[in-house]
Amino acid sequence: MYEHDVIVVGAGGAGLRAAIAAHEEGADVAIVSKLHPVRSHTGAAEGGINAALREGDSWEDHAYDTMKGSDYLADAPAAETLCKDSPKETIQLEHWGMAFSRDDDGRVSQRPFGGLSFPRTTYAGAETGHQLLHTMYEQLVKRGIKVYDEWHVTRLAVTDEEKPEDRHCHGIVAYDVQTGQVEGFRARNGVILATGGLGQVYDHTTNAVANTGDGVAMAYRAGAPMEDMEFIQFHPTTLPSTGVLITEGVRGEGGILYNENGERFMFEYGYANNLGELASRDVVSRAELTEVNEGRGIEDEYVHLDMRHLGEERIIDRLENIVHLSEDFEGVNPLEAPMPVKPGQHYAMGGIETDENGETCISGLYAAGECACASVHGGNRLGGNALPELIVFGKRAGHHAAGKDMEEARITTGKEGEYELGEVDSPVELGEAGIGEDAVADGGTAADAGASVSGADLVQRAVEDERETIDTLLEREDGIQQAEIRERVQKSMTRNVNVFREESALKDALRDIREARELYQQVFVGDKSRTFNTDLLQTLEMRNILDIAEAITLGALARNEFRGAHWRKEYQERRDEEWLKHTMLSWNDGRPELWYKPVILEGENKTYEPKTRSY
Amino acid sequence: MSTQVPESVEEESVTETASAGKQKRDAKKRERAERVQEQREAEAAEKARSADDTYHLKVFRYDPEVPEKQEPRFDDFHVPYKQGMTILDALMWARDHYDSSLTFRHSCRQAICGSDALFVNGSQRLGCKTQLSDLSEPIRVEPLPHSDVVKDLVVDMEHFYDQMESVEPYFQTNSLPDGELDEQRQTRENREKVKMSTRCIWCSACMSSCNIAAGDNEYLGPAAINKAYRFAMDEREGEDMKQRRLEILEQEHGVWRCQTQFSCTEVCPKDIPLTEHIQELKREAIKNNLKFW
Repeated sequence: MYEHDVIVVGAGGAGLRAAIAAHEEGADVAIVSKLHPVRSHTGAAEGGINAALREGDSWEDHAYDTMKGSDYLADAPAAETLCKDSPKETIQLEHWGMAFSRDDDGRVSQRPFGGLSFPRTTYAGAETGHQLLHTMYEQLVKRGIKVYDEWHVTRLAVTDEEKPEDRHCHGIVAYDVQTGQVEGFRARNGVILATGGLGQVYDHTTNAVANTGDGVAMAYRAGAPMEDMEFIQFHPTTLPSTGVLITEGVRGEGGILYNENGERFMFEYGYANNLGELASRDVVSRAELTEVNEGRGIEDEYVHLDMRHLGEERIIDRLENIVHLSEDFEGVNPLEAPMPVKPGQHYAMGGIETDENGETCISGLYAAGECACASVHGGNRLGGNALPELIVFGKRAGHHAAGKDMEEARITTGKEGEYELGEVDSPVELGEAGIGEDAVADGGTAADAGASVSGADLVQRAVEDERETIDTLLEREDGIQQAEIRERVQKSMTRNVNVFREESALKDALRDIREARELYQQVFVGDKSRTFNTDLLQTLEMRNILDIAEAITLGALARNEFRGAHWRKEYQERRDEEWLKHTMLSWNDGRPELWYKPVILEGENKTYEPKTRSY
Repeated sequence: MSTQVPESVEEESVTETASAGKQKRDAKKRERAERVQEQREAEAAEKARSADDTYHLKVFRYDPEVPEKQEPRFDDFHVPYKQGMTILDALMWARDHYDSSLTFRHSCRQAICGSDALFVNGSQRLGCKTQLSDLSEPIRVEPLPHSDVVKDLVVDMEHFYDQMESVEPYFQTNSLPDGELDEQRQTRENREKVKMSTRCIWCSACMSSCNIAAGDNEYLGPAAINKAYRFAMDEREGEDMKQRRLEILEQEHGVWRCQTQFSCTEVCPKDIPLTEHIQELKREAIKNNLKFW
């Protein structure tokens, strides 16, 4: 068994920043990640980092934009923390040598982005995430922080008190992809989940193949609630054939969207009369799909994004990476022709419920970055707000886990504050398949672990449970393979739980997920080798995809309103009197339990009164 | 004791009934799962047969643990073609429809994570960025040469990482401004100067293509030298630091080993002018040495 003060799961922007922060506080910290750090999907982020750095801008304006962008479902203490800390953290990256684009006076460049009242998106060409990830990894190397790379974390070792709020996390169990061994990692102080996105729940996504929502599912099964899972961001400009992202920076620099008739539809059809192409992402995605649905799409599938008028010099200076992506992945040279684009799954606003210090309701368990939900983004994330979230909340979680004294959080977690129970009309049974037939599959907790059991024992028991699970998967000789189940779930989610949602389709998705869960009970791993067994790895990930797909769909079915990225055919209005609350899902002995907690709109100096959101 | 015997018998029979029911259910589920799986395989075969266009891949296979794969071999895969299909797409299709044990690293699918550098028809390429339609058949897909193969197309990257990390690959400066919000300015020209060098995605295609690296295990290699270039040429680090960086690069297994064969530059998927960077560092080193004469 390995042992460290702080264990960080995942090595993207949030994980690296958390590890550096914990190290700054003197903790013995290690990262466990299924990818080598430089392979993390933070590297694919293109656009930039929102930070109020310049005269005429302020963190208050950034917070206002963020709250409005969230459609008033973000919690003000989290959004304000992001906006207040971002300038300092962005300049910290600059002091670590990050290669930002520069203005003539040598200061870092900023550009306009969707939904922003000031051009505060700080960027490095159209490869900001790549520069950020590598800069941060350099700092990790400098500090000699230990990384267990290509170790896939499969479960948390958490005590099993009845209420999650009484539980404690002692460590993790991980599977070494290279050798096939399963080992425990005890965390003396805390475990920080920084596992990133969950886009693999869909089949058209900008997310990497590795983004299977592992941290969210793991924490959920250990008792930490998932929050606002129905809020999925569909990015309006992805390449149709692969889902590769074309940064909002193209529109920030002046790129224009056209339909098949060559109409600038954002204005001509009144989707966003003021900001046009630079409206919030949810607004632009719906506009594009409406154009396609009304027969004005190109090949009934996509629209055009044209940036030729910006001129080659400006494009190469600020968006060069986009020229390569469009050529390599769509075969279109954007200096000569408009790029075909359509909406694609891009980001999960929801995730593991945390407060503004990254703490979950389980003591010793933290989350930061895309897998977490503080909530900074509420119903819709603004472009350029994901990267600052990584560095701001990664750092806070790292500091807190390492024992630094911090201001007490205003956001409550678990059922510690005000809450109400919810109900949803599901056509099928929900949760783990096979309950009652055999022993309940793991809840992430080690069974029968009373208060007398030491942390190390608890981790060891979790290791043994995991070894058994893996042996069972490897020993099974026939059945069904994960690729088939994965494809079914992804297709159903893209068909039924997409930009436009309606009750009957959401119910179809729940049926499909139920069927997939039953098939998963018969899953077998064709590859029997212990060496670099990606078949087994994907089979373990598949379980996470199932839990997450169900949570997204369930949340979408329960929320009878239209807010942010969540559009419902039957409910075309935002309903503040009933729905200024977060959708919470807790894992209750293998079944999802739905409840709600109120959103916090009271900021430090003001209350963000919900207004009509127009751009 | 005597009372316990019947009890346990009774318990057993209860368990048996329960497990008999469960077995039946399980058997039914298994049957259904197998049916779905068989259907999928049949569909895949049918798809491959009926597709107007299939691509023939010969893929390197090796697994030290599996008897029939201990001796390296090539497997043939016929993959139905779709417009825009890449080597990575084809490998994923083959894995998901024919052989789930086919193993390769990949993640982002868009040439930024650097996981899937492969040896395709005799040259180092990123699988996700290489169109099938640009290649002649049968397409040979092999792991990167000059590295130990872990399994199939996966190679051991440790040596590459060691070299990358040996050049103090992090920003070092003595001239940071005092304020935490004050920027350390950099000219646009200087940022442009280091721009290409910062694009490295650590895929190790260059290292694999380099004859010198193949013969000299201690040679820093093009990627690590490029990483050092990125800092040595950054005006924000200052002159003292540049001295230190040049010393690291001038070591026995540093820049002077490069014989300007340009193979690294040719294979770099991010178009980094690696050979030029190495030559420039050689010139800097000479200038630097002259200064001390």
